[in-house]
Amino acid sequence: MESKNPVVAELDGIGRIYQMGSTEVRALDGIDVSFRAGEYWAIMGSSGSGKSTLLNILGCIDRPTFGNYTVNGYNVNDLDDDDLSQLRGRELGFIFQSFNLIPQLNMLENILVPVFYQDNPRPDARERAFMLAERLGLADRLDHRPVELSGGQQQRVAIARALINDPPILLADEATGNLDTQTTGEILELFDELHAEGKTILLVTHEHEVGAHAERTMYLRDGLIDRIEENES
Amino acid sequence: MSGILTRTVALGVKSLLLHKLRSLLTTLGVLFGVSSVIAMLAIGEGASAEAQEQIKQLGSQNVILRSVKPPDDAASSQESRLVVYGLTHNDFSRITDTYPWVEHAVPVRVLQQEVRFDERVMHPRVLATEASYELATGRMMHEGRFLSATDVASVANVCVLGYEVARNLMPLSSPLGQRIKIGNEYFTVVGTMLPRVPLGDDVPLPGADVTGEVLIPLSTGARWFGEMQVKIRAGSREMEEVELHEIIVHVDKAENVERTAAACREMLTRNHEQHDYEVIVPLELLARAEETKRIFNIVLGSIAGISLLVGGIGIMNVMLATVTERTREIGIRRALGAKQHHIVFQFLVETVVLSVGGGLAGIILGVAIPIGVEYFADMRTIVQPSAPLLAFGISVSIGLLFGLYPAWRAAQMDPVEALRHE
Repeated sequence: MESKNPVVAELDGIGRIYQMGSTEVRALDGIDVSFRAGEYWAIMGSSGSGKSTLLNILGCIDRPTFGNYTVNGYNVNDLDDDDLSQLRGRELGFIFQSFNLIPQLNMLENILVPVFYQDNPRPDARERAFMLAERLGLADRLDHRPVELSGGQQQRVAIARALINDPPILLADEATGNLDTQTTGEILELFDELHAEGKTILLVTHEHEVGAHAERTMYLRDGLIDRIEENES
Repeated sequence: MSGILTRTVALGVKSLLLHKLRSLLTTLGVLFGVSSVIAMLAIGEGASAEAQEQIKQLGSQNVILRSVKPPDDAASSQESRLVVYGLTHNDFSRITDTYPWVEHAVPVRVLQQEVRFDERVMHPRVLATEASYELATGRMMHEGRFLSATDVASVANVCVLGYEVARNLMPLSSPLGQRIKIGNEYFTVVGTMLPRVPLGDDVPLPGADVTGEVLIPLSTGARWFGEMQVKIRAGSREMEEVELHEIIVHVDKAENVERTAAACREMLTRNHEQHDYEVIVPLELLARAEETKRIFNIVLGSIAGISLLVGGIGIMNVMLATVTERTREIGIRRALGAKQHHIVFQFLVETVVLSVGGGLAGIILGVAIPIGVEYFADMRTIVQPSAPLLAFGISVSIGLLFGLYPAWRAAQMDPVEALRHE
């Protein structure tokens, strides 16, 4: 089934070349793909296939060497560093494998970090943080530091942080890689819920069971799209 | 914007508190730099103010000629001998007769006499002088009047007491009209003088006796005590004959001080065979004291500058380590939308918090040290209100200056690399 929603992210001939001494490493070598609003993708591939590089480019923390990447109508090649930073905070939500919470901040402060850097922060950010914490079952942990929480709880905080500015796209980089099976199941359920609410989710993983939660899976090999498969649901 | 500032400061404090000992040690550099600047300035300021006050008491419009005993020659092995030296009445009249811009020349003799009242005995400086002494030295009366021209002309047995002498001889009653004994003669007290420095902090001039002074008319002194003084030293008796111990030359305006001093020196050189006098020019001393103070301030400034530089380098060192240590945090913040200037601001705020914390503690310590010095070492200190402000400003600048590079380094990091950092 083809979704007819608008395109939120579009890669057009994206390549990324690293210069390692005198040798060129073509981590990505011409990627063309469009992500429509509300789609749930898994991105898979062996290590060295370029999936981390792709995610960095999708997340706007890296720039392509060639090709055009458009997020919600903005071509990243036209944006300077400050605009790109704004765009990251506004349009994209990052969820990392190792949670990446800031150790000296408590949960509430961690959730609010992306708000802090927005030029026009939403006025209801605090209320929204409480609402998200409530929803993710963190309401009684908000004054705790990351070290005082379990991995599952930390990842929930990271998800709340990714959602605080209500971005259309969520980028998950091996988001369940550091979690046990039960917690992995809970987090994936949460992703299913967010997908049902209309978020676009791009999930990088190397586990097929995790990838199976997505609507479709993109397989990368040697910096190119090997194939795209629709998943049964 | 102010919300961001307070939040960034709060965040900075929080980050610094993660490493309490490290932050504390880092601030110590600035703390000691700032406190030493303030303390040294205060002590230097106090010392030079004291020196300048003493010099000013000599009178900035005065040139003071003093008799100085020439160095002993071989003859001093004699059992008893007579030494004649010093300024003479001739010198005095030459000065009064020659220079039109001299308003007063005041002759002073210093007598070694015992002063008694009832059973109380003191050995103050007994000065035999004239009425113009009051004008030339600017001394203020406490009670009664100063010696008058009539007292001198009539060779009256009257005296004026210094504040200390009056307080010691007659602590309870007014000394006015009382008769005290100087040597073997009785003198009527006609006045008492205020101490030199108000509020009783009487700092004696070089050579002055701490117990103060008693002033009598020059003519009376000459009548009863002569010009010969006997000094008994171990195994020998020495007699000194000095006509005048001091001549205070008071000129009409400060511009004439220098040429008066030059003229006096020239005149004395011509008339004295030996160098048994000195010429003191308070104005010159004042200029020299100011020059000394200037040099002192330069030295002080350099020392302070070096210690603050060391403190600043310490801060920079720690901040560079902090930036490396928190590379991952920088990557996270960048991924979550932080612009480069947000990162610069965050680390800059941390350095400024460190240096300002050190600066504030340094100001407290720097103000406390002079108080302690004043209390324990009995030295005068002056904390200028500008000194803490200056120190504070410097510590903020140190924070900004030495924080800029680490903060810039932090902001330049590649977010991808930073996120990968373990």
